[in-house]
Amino acid sequence: MMLRVKDLNVYYDAIHALKNVSFEVNEGEIVTLIGANGAGKTTTLHTISGLLRGKSGKIEFMNEEIQQKPAHEILKMGLAQVPEGRRVFTHMTVLENLEMGAFARKDRTTVADDLDRVFQSFPRLKERRRQIAGTLSGGEQQMLAMGRAMMSSPRMIMLDEPSMGLSPILVEEIFSIIREIHQNGTTVLLVEQNAQMALSIADRAYVLETGKVVLQGDAHEMLDNQDVRRAYLG
Amino acid sequence: MVTLYNLIGGLQMGSIYALIALGYTMVYGIVQLINFAHGDIMMVGAYSIYWIMTTSLMKAIAETQPVLAGVVSVLFAVVVCVALGVFVDRVAYKPLRNAPRISALITAIGISIALEIIAQLVFGSGQVNFPTIVPKVTLFKVGRRSINLLEVLTFAVSVLLMIALTLFVQTTRTGKAMRAVSEDQGAAMLMGVNVDKTISITFGIGCALAAIGSVFYAQKVYYVTPLLGMLPGLKAFVAAVLGGIGSIPGAVLGGFIIGMVETFVKYYASEYVDAMVFGILILVLLFRPTGILGRKMKEKV
Repeated sequence: MMLRVKDLNVYYDAIHALKNVSFEVNEGEIVTLIGANGAGKTTTLHTISGLLRGKSGKIEFMNEEIQQKPAHEILKMGLAQVPEGRRVFTHMTVLENLEMGAFARKDRTTVADDLDRVFQSFPRLKERRRQIAGTLSGGEQQMLAMGRAMMSSPRMIMLDEPSMGLSPILVEEIFSIIREIHQNGTTVLLVEQNAQMALSIADRAYVLETGKVVLQGDAHEMLDNQDVRRAYLG
Repeated sequence: MVTLYNLIGGLQMGSIYALIALGYTMVYGIVQLINFAHGDIMMVGAYSIYWIMTTSLMKAIAETQPVLAGVVSVLFAVVVCVALGVFVDRVAYKPLRNAPRISALITAIGISIALEIIAQLVFGSGQVNFPTIVPKVTLFKVGRRSINLLEVLTFAVSVLLMIALTLFVQTTRTGKAMRAVSEDQGAAMLMGVNVDKTISITFGIGCALAAIGSVFYAQKVYYVTPLLGMLPGLKAFVAAVLGGIGSIPGAVLGGFIIGMVETFVKYYASEYVDAMVFGILILVLLFRPTGILGRKMKEKV
């Protein structure tokens, strides 16, 4: 088991944002968390990454409890996140953003190899490597955010709404890159509102609703499930 | 001739304000806090030098090796100021990181008063003579104006430090981490940046620059009092706001503008110096609150 979240409870002051959330991600899987706006998807990822603290429950990564660890140590264990809204460093160049992705690493030669690999996956980033990231389009910023996360050479990558605000063609492109990342050996936890797309590439899925896991199962079965279709796929 | 006199004086004061303004702007850039205790850190730097130069060991060294004594005393001041700045951040500001910004601001004013009172308790409320670290020697003349070592050193060291700082922030790993934290703390954490450590380093650098600034300032006025840092601290703050708070080149530019304005106004109407400088603050806040080189502020929701 790569990631195991057990009975996680998170509060924003008086608001009970996550209620006994439990789920698991096995090595080599693509798992998706789907649900509407405000269901607690981003809260879940932020708590796993150490940006938020849960009140109770367990989060284990590689069989190690990580709830009390600071965010920078969780990243070093091999758990990267592509945050919602991309959050690239808009005043830095594309290359500097990618270098920030490798901030925690000391192995310079393998970092250079990974940079080549990122440029192979995202040729447009290579063309624009000297450009200030704030001047990139939304799709390019999403690619940069993903490339940046890959620069930490993670065992597992968590993506928060990578399709948000992108055209259908770009969404296809982003998802094919997620598949590529997965094929190259990185485990994926994908958070999406675009349930259709997410379920089509995932192995398993969990449905979050107002802070609770209300449904879980095989992604393809869920795609065919009439209830899910009605509730989440429109 | 008068213009030349003032130009040289303006460069000297401008260098000092720029050094101090850098501390304000860097700390603001990374934690959005106006560290009103920054001027008092400078005062502590000046007292550190005063204190170490009164020890018998340093007195003995100063007799035979004045340059060595000067360098050691300045390094001592830098160490004291860096340690104090990092300590103040950890103890007073860090617990308020997620509190409303006004809380940290009031705390900074409290720290400022506390440092002034501690200095009064330790060194008395009167002024003490600042020792001679940079000897009074004329280096050369421009027209009839003789230029002394302190003026040259103030300008040269300040410019070198500003270049070094810019290179540091632009090219080093730590510098990039500082820029990342100042733009998006959460995203920086996700990159594996130790945010607390980065903030400490930022405070440390700001305080080191304040310590160097204190040497040049105290050497110019030749005394130290517990309130030494107050006025130059406030003026450097004005400089930082004028240049665009959060911007490193802005702080340098603002520092030199304030230094020039002050020196020229002092020549023609010395009683209006402070009113003029703070008048600039009011004008900037009214008409261009982001300063000359400042970026548009993003209000965080």
